[in-house]
Amino acid sequence: MTAWRITLRLLRRDWRSGELSLLAAAVVLTVAAITAVGFFTDRVEGAMARQGGELIAADLVIQASSPPAGELVEEAAALGLATARTLEFPSVAARGERTQLVEVKAADPAYPLRGQLRTRTDAEAPVEPATTGPTPGNAWVEPRLLYLLAAAPGDRLRLGESEFVIERLLDYEPDRADGPFAVAPRVLIGTADVPATGLVTPMSRVHYRLLVAGDEAAIAEFRAWAATRLPANAEFLDAREARPEFEGSIARASSFLHLAALATLLVAGAAIALASRRMVERQTDAVAVMRCLGAPRHLLTRIFVLRLIAFGLAAGLLGSLLGFLAQFGLAALLAGLFTADLPPPSVRPIAVGVGTGLVALLGFALPPLLQLARVPPLRVLRRDLGAPRLSAALALGAAAAALALLVFWQADDPQLAWKLLAGVAATVMTLALLVALAVRLARGLSHRARGVWRLGLAGLTRRPSAALFQITGFGLGILALLLLAVVRVDLMSAWEQSLPEGAPNRFLVNIQPDEVAALRGFLAEHEIADSGLFPMIRGRLTAIAGRPVDPDAYPDERARRLATREFNLSHAERPQADNRIVAGDWWADAEAPPQFSVERGIAETLGIALGDELTFWVSGREVSAPVTSLREVRWDSFNVNFFVIATPSLLGDEAATYITSLYLPPDRESLLPELVRAFPSVTLIDVVAILEQVRRVIERGAWAVEYVFLFTLAAGLLVMYAGIQASVAERRAEHGVLRTLGAGRAQLLASLAVEFTLAGLLAGAIAALAAEATGFVLARQVFDLEFAPNPWLWLGGALGSALAIGLAGTLAAYPFLVRPPLPALREDG
Amino acid sequence: MTAGLGSVVSRATGLGKDVNGPGGRLTILSDCELSVRAGEAVAILGASGSGKSTLLGLLAGLDTASAGEVWLCGERLVGLDEDGRAALRNGRVGFVFQSFQLLPTLTALENVLLPLELGGHADAQAVAADALARVGLAARAGHFPRQLSGGEQQRVAIARAFAPAPAILFADEPTGNLDPATGGQVIDLLLALRGDSGAALVLVTHDAALAERCDRRLAMRDGRLEPLA
Repeated sequence: MTAWRITLRLLRRDWRSGELSLLAAAVVLTVAAITAVGFFTDRVEGAMARQGGELIAADLVIQASSPPAGELVEEAAALGLATARTLEFPSVAARGERTQLVEVKAADPAYPLRGQLRTRTDAEAPVEPATTGPTPGNAWVEPRLLYLLAAAPGDRLRLGESEFVIERLLDYEPDRADGPFAVAPRVLIGTADVPATGLVTPMSRVHYRLLVAGDEAAIAEFRAWAATRLPANAEFLDAREARPEFEGSIARASSFLHLAALATLLVAGAAIALASRRMVERQTDAVAVMRCLGAPRHLLTRIFVLRLIAFGLAAGLLGSLLGFLAQFGLAALLAGLFTADLPPPSVRPIAVGVGTGLVALLGFALPPLLQLARVPPLRVLRRDLGAPRLSAALALGAAAAALALLVFWQADDPQLAWKLLAGVAATVMTLALLVALAVRLARGLSHRARGVWRLGLAGLTRRPSAALFQITGFGLGILALLLLAVVRVDLMSAWEQSLPEGAPNRFLVNIQPDEVAALRGFLAEHEIADSGLFPMIRGRLTAIAGRPVDPDAYPDERARRLATREFNLSHAERPQADNRIVAGDWWADAEAPPQFSVERGIAETLGIALGDELTFWVSGREVSAPVTSLREVRWDSFNVNFFVIATPSLLGDEAATYITSLYLPPDRESLLPELVRAFPSVTLIDVVAILEQVRRVIERGAWAVEYVFLFTLAAGLLVMYAGIQASVAERRAEHGVLRTLGAGRAQLLASLAVEFTLAGLLAGAIAALAAEATGFVLARQVFDLEFAPNPWLWLGGALGSALAIGLAGTLAAYPFLVRPPLPALREDG
Repeated sequence: MTAGLGSVVSRATGLGKDVNGPGGRLTILSDCELSVRAGEAVAILGASGSGKSTLLGLLAGLDTASAGEVWLCGERLVGLDEDGRAALRNGRVGFVFQSFQLLPTLTALENVLLPLELGGHADAQAVAADALARVGLAARAGHFPRQLSGGEQQRVAIARAFAPAPAILFADEPTGNLDPATGGQVIDLLLALRGDSGAALVLVTHDAALAERCDRRLAMRDGRLEPLA
């Protein structure tokens, strides 16, 4: 009771007197950053998943070769989820004498649940979005079907036993992207019209899909429920698995956001360390008095712990509130950019934020605070006595343990966490080591210097440990600011450049071998650059290293799907320019003996190792060869790429169709009808929409990262302020003495300017070094991007920080210079 | 709690204190003998650096002796650890310092409350308010130390010292930071309250006139204690 009463009183007074304002600011900022990022990433990741949802027109899809069981639809409805059914099957569309193989898709009126269809009334009309499919009796068709059937909008076409009116031209369906190699043009009708066509019988080859969308938790619950009831021929598709290039972008955006949040945490940690050090110094007298008045050590310890926890909770809640508000501001700022509404934030970030604040506070502030309980009561008579020195190992150990805990917790990625921690440890140690060397050097110089230079240098070196602490703190703050430059400008632009302006935006597939030469001629004639024409052969993987492939043996769903579907194989003499061989060697030439090169990701998923013999079932026969290289493929480059490539000696004689990708600028889209007419069998796939989506995700990721880095920036400024404050308080009395001895204000100011400018220069130069090193590691190891060193960073970092800290420190100390010296002397005496 | 008149509340025998200085071992106190009875006011006079504050620290159990024995309120300090000595001081020993030593973040009343609450006093609030009233600062109860003059701050410190009704009060140069007129008023108050409470007083000062007002005077010279006439 006594402990609580005294704790609460002290805390109330601390709060009011501003004694803890610096520490409070550091904790509030940390928590605000973590919660703002927490709330915001929650919402953005939710929205991104929904954007991803557009690519499957739902949040979750169950795909099967038989109609989905009624209980699935009922359960989804019971959970408040929206559902729509689609079925797809190949058929023949007829108009008069003309017939054409088509891919029929029938959809419920609710289709699509995510994203929109884009249609036109005729070839010249503007594109209009639609959120429902055609009404009964109507069909929407892919534009090239009009050419193939010599039809026009309003004409009728026959499917099985039914006739449909060609009502609209279908330019885009969100979930078409997952089957871009469809050969036949699309015809979209309503599911209600399917029975009358008589095309679907129990023996037909039909892909049934149940689309589900709604609340994330309900989706998860539904998925868990359905997983145990799904027949063997059914599988899940979700937004993240829908497209590898989309997943890559989301993963990168997430990485950036987490990194930004972690940077704030690490920098604010330095501010908390500085602020708690100052708090401990300022509490020493009060503790001595309490001990003198008979307070036992355990009571003081209890008071300190309670006070820290109560303080941490209060500051944490305040920070959460700030984070919550900050997150709203951002959501408002970005509202126009999101097609899907941001889902509401959960309350989890508050717990995470307050927890983070407490852990950081306990790690950094508790060891020195507990040491405070050991202040000898004799200090009331002898001012020179303080708390026994805290063991550096204990202080550092507690801080490091707290940081490690928080980094692992926040990063959600052990590999990233390890790298970050190692980076931070190396950075702090390098900073501290260099600062220690420089301080020693300055001490030597101070004996030779004169006037304000000697005072300034002496000020820097008077208490080497304090200087070490302070300048390292400055360095961390500046490092945060410089990292902002490195990450924001260098990495971000590199990231954006990974999707260059001229990235391919159209795929041409199903090119017959005899059309290859003509198509090349057509493209050359119109000066359209393509990524090369690649042969494509369908094959099913039947054995790996002599073991038959059994899809059910894979625990991973993606692996199961890959193992069941047909691969698009290719053969080539040389690897694609954007492929990187990561294991083994590419073959020497076209005559090289049969072998395979496999994409690394799929090799890992399917458990294929270098040297394994792969067997594919191709055109009714088995084809086998060893894997002699693994490749890394940049799927988000939108170039044509293959999971598995063989030597020409292995697949060169197989019947193949060809595929290419090309970039068509918007002003040359009029070439498309000509292309389609010249090569009627070629299927044209428009990836402009997908590209746009990926680019928007990247853009949004960049916005979010910049916003989050504002907190890091604030934390960096706070560290500097804390460092300056601590040092200003320390030398108040000293200035009193110097003033008494007749030192002029100008002289004192000049000595302060010398001291702080040197400290800033030192911290800035070291921080620039650390920022470049960190940027390099991040670029190469984490984000897989090229890194370019930036000389301006060095100049700006070192000179900028010398100027900023020199000015800020001198200005912060100025008020003490204009006061009469006696009170300053008294306060300390 | 208060020792009966005539009983000894503070006693030191053969008290010595050595410290390790840059030039080797340095003796600050040696062979000091002292006995203070309940209700008695003892002044210890001495020049700056003569060791009188060190003696005060040893008598109050704030520091440990190198030689000799100290008894405080009938208990032998040598056998007690730091927390034991703190428990002994709590409520039974009051302090007044040259630099006041008020907690800057607490109000006048809260500063007076502190020793009462540390001792788990039942009626702390009323006792503290009364103590503050007795030093004439009832109207300044809600003020923070920095809002008070030096004399007022020392009066708050005196209220804090007397509030738990201690058996003995140690005062270290209580007027050292005050002008003579204010210092005089503070001493008047200190002695009057001592008279009322019956607490013993050990006053360390270099001011002979101030020492004159105590029952007994001792001089500290070269680390030794000598009685003065």
